Amino acid sequence: MAAAPSPSSVKPVPLLKDELDIVIPTIRNLDFLEMWRPFFEQYHLIIVQDGDPSKTIKVPEGFDYELYNRNDINRILGPKASCISFKDSACRCFGYMVSKKNMLQVAKDPSGKDINALEQHIKNLLSPSTPHFFNTLYDPYREGTDFVRGYPFSLREGVPTAVSHGLWLNIPDYDAPTQLVKPHERNTRYVDAVLTIPKGTLFPMCGMNLAFDRELIGPAMYFGLMGDGQPIGRYDDMWAGWCMKVICDHLGLGVKTGLPYIWHSKASNPFVNLKKEYKGIFWQEDIIPFFQSATLPKECTSVQKCYIELSKQVKEKLGAIDPYFVKLADAMVTWIEAWDELNSPSDTNSSKKANGAPLPAAAK
Amino acid sequence: MAQVTINENEVDIVIGALHSDLKSFLNEWKPIFSRFHLIIVKDPDLKEELQIPGGFSADVYTKSDIERVVGSSAVLFSGYSCRYFGFLVSRKKYVVCVDDDCVPAKDTAGNMVDPVAQHIVNLKTPATPFFFNTLYDPFRKGADFVRGYPFSLRTGVDCALSCGLWLNLADLDAPTQALKPKERNTRYVDAVLTVPVRSMLPVSGINIAFNREAIGPALVPALKLAGEGKFRWETVEDIWSGMCVKVICDHLALGVKSGLPYVWRTERGNAIESLKKEWEGVKLMEEVVPFFQSVRFSQSATTAEACVLEMAKTVKEKLGKVDPMFSRAAEAMEEWVKLWKSVGSS
Repeated sequence: MAAAPSPSSVKPVPLLKDELDIVIPTIRNLDFLEMWRPFFEQYHLIIVQDGDPSKTIKVPEGFDYELYNRNDINRILGPKASCISFKDSACRCFGYMVSKKNMLQVAKDPSGKDINALEQHIKNLLSPSTPHFFNTLYDPYREGTDFVRGYPFSLREGVPTAVSHGLWLNIPDYDAPTQLVKPHERNTRYVDAVLTIPKGTLFPMCGMNLAFDRELIGPAMYFGLMGDGQPIGRYDDMWAGWCMKVICDHLGLGVKTGLPYIWHSKASNPFVNLKKEYKGIFWQEDIIPFFQSATLPKECTSVQKCYIELSKQVKEKLGAIDPYFVKLADAMVTWIEAWDELNSPSDTNSSKKANGAPLPAAAK
Repeated sequence: MAQVTINENEVDIVIGALHSDLKSFLNEWKPIFSRFHLIIVKDPDLKEELQIPGGFSADVYTKSDIERVVGSSAVLFSGYSCRYFGFLVSRKKYVVCVDDDCVPAKDTAGNMVDPVAQHIVNLKTPATPFFFNTLYDPFRKGADFVRGYPFSLRTGVDCALSCGLWLNLADLDAPTQALKPKERNTRYVDAVLTVPVRSMLPVSGINIAFNREAIGPALVPALKLAGEGKFRWETVEDIWSGMCVKVICDHLALGVKSGLPYVWRTERGNAIESLKKEWEGVKLMEEVVPFFQSVRFSQSATTAEACVLEMAKTVKEKLGKVDPMFSRAAEAMEEWVKLWKSVGSS
């Protein structure tokens, strides 16, 4: 099990305080922030409120945050707001778009236990990845370990790390069929490792405990069209993960998985999940081979260019499966347009004031 | 998932003896090894008589036995490569092999780790090389495939090679160990995972197990450094062998797992001394990476032997001109397949 001091007793040194945002998609109140207070209160929060914008989300005292609801998203993006999902945690990617910081960590309603996930994510992102050759002792940059005998020296510098994918103790991130078959299974195994996912290998990226370097990979972190009005849900992070990995592999960036763990306490209803995931379970049989064989031309030298190229391939190759993919491909383009607009170099003090937030005046 | 049964009749434990006194080594392993058949192969260069305690069912092979069985090919089996002779003469489905300077490790709960059982479980449960499962081996108790893992890939493929790890003295190369003389591996990582297809890895010969029926000929005693010595820091035979096995497994749609079990590796040797010898190996590795990344097999190569023969040809063609060591490795690979056909099959 994770061994770390309890929240009440520790005041961690806030690494990268001015370079990191924490994005939280939510549809309910934010009481869970109390558990994370010692770790989060030094950082700037971007809260994306999904669902009914007339509802007021209570943020506990003392946090520095901006809050955006559906009305804000519509106001800021105008017609481009169509690419941001409604009633699905995919709306979180709006937070990524408006963040002005370099790194983001996403917390999705964990009840927060004892682990300074933030610190581990930062360490993961600040140390290189090793996607070209597998190290059997896992992340060689961690203390107490190194590259093993036989590991080519020319590959020991590694590549920059774009994404840090953490895991979960207690309720594991299973799909609906697995949840139905094993409703009582809990993940009790703490695997003390961080490792780089090799180049050319895809994985299911879970958005629950994720951090990434916005400058390196931000535009690829689009969580697709999910939830209300869409034929599919609970695949937002999967979609982002597949796109992201193909692009990282192409651009020579690394993706790590493993530590940190967070404690996942809320088990979602498997029947509700089954309805949302159902199409995804079938579609992924075609989607995976698509991503496994996707290649990007060498002219795609930026994340945006890669992403636009991917969207063309999505339309061409997956459009035949369901018209949803044509819409999704268009939304991918809209996303990049919105991203570039909101993040253009001329855009210093944006006109995108948040609704209801005490404009960055909250206690630091 | 279904319980895996360990059947003693399916397993051989091969020990390459680089030390003559195996008494304390084997006594430490007795609780775990005594129910299995052992094949002990003495390094032909070792002069002293082997000392083996009672209580084991063991076949012992020395230099004269090796020469009797393989004639002039005995030169393939010197030093750490003596264990490959054991692989050759075994007739069991699974072979487990640990170096003679390793003893049982303890897990985080303080229990003695049975690496034989763990290796067999690894080999008897499917591997998942085509898509990475973030909760590691989905066939372990208490784990499963995560959301987003394609259902069509959940049956997995047969696991042909299981690569274990080492507590205490990890298998670091000489430069690294020389730089960090006090570094010891104390981190017990409770995971087994499949190394994805197309991903290369350094396979350490210190603690491995494999499905001999599926992949036996692919573990080749081929690459010998000119200055190869009697410390792991002075060899690359296992690294070369492992890279061959991995590309062959990838081609044959077989899996390779890495992680548990751990063994406890005891201290010996001096990294700085070995530095002078190992440099050769380090330089060679740089040449082989691009080669292995681009190795392809023909459709008709459907067995491990066929794959090794195809590889030997390509090694000679592409790497032979880089260093004569590779030409010799290619020849050794061809010789090995011949031996496998005549001696290795019943």
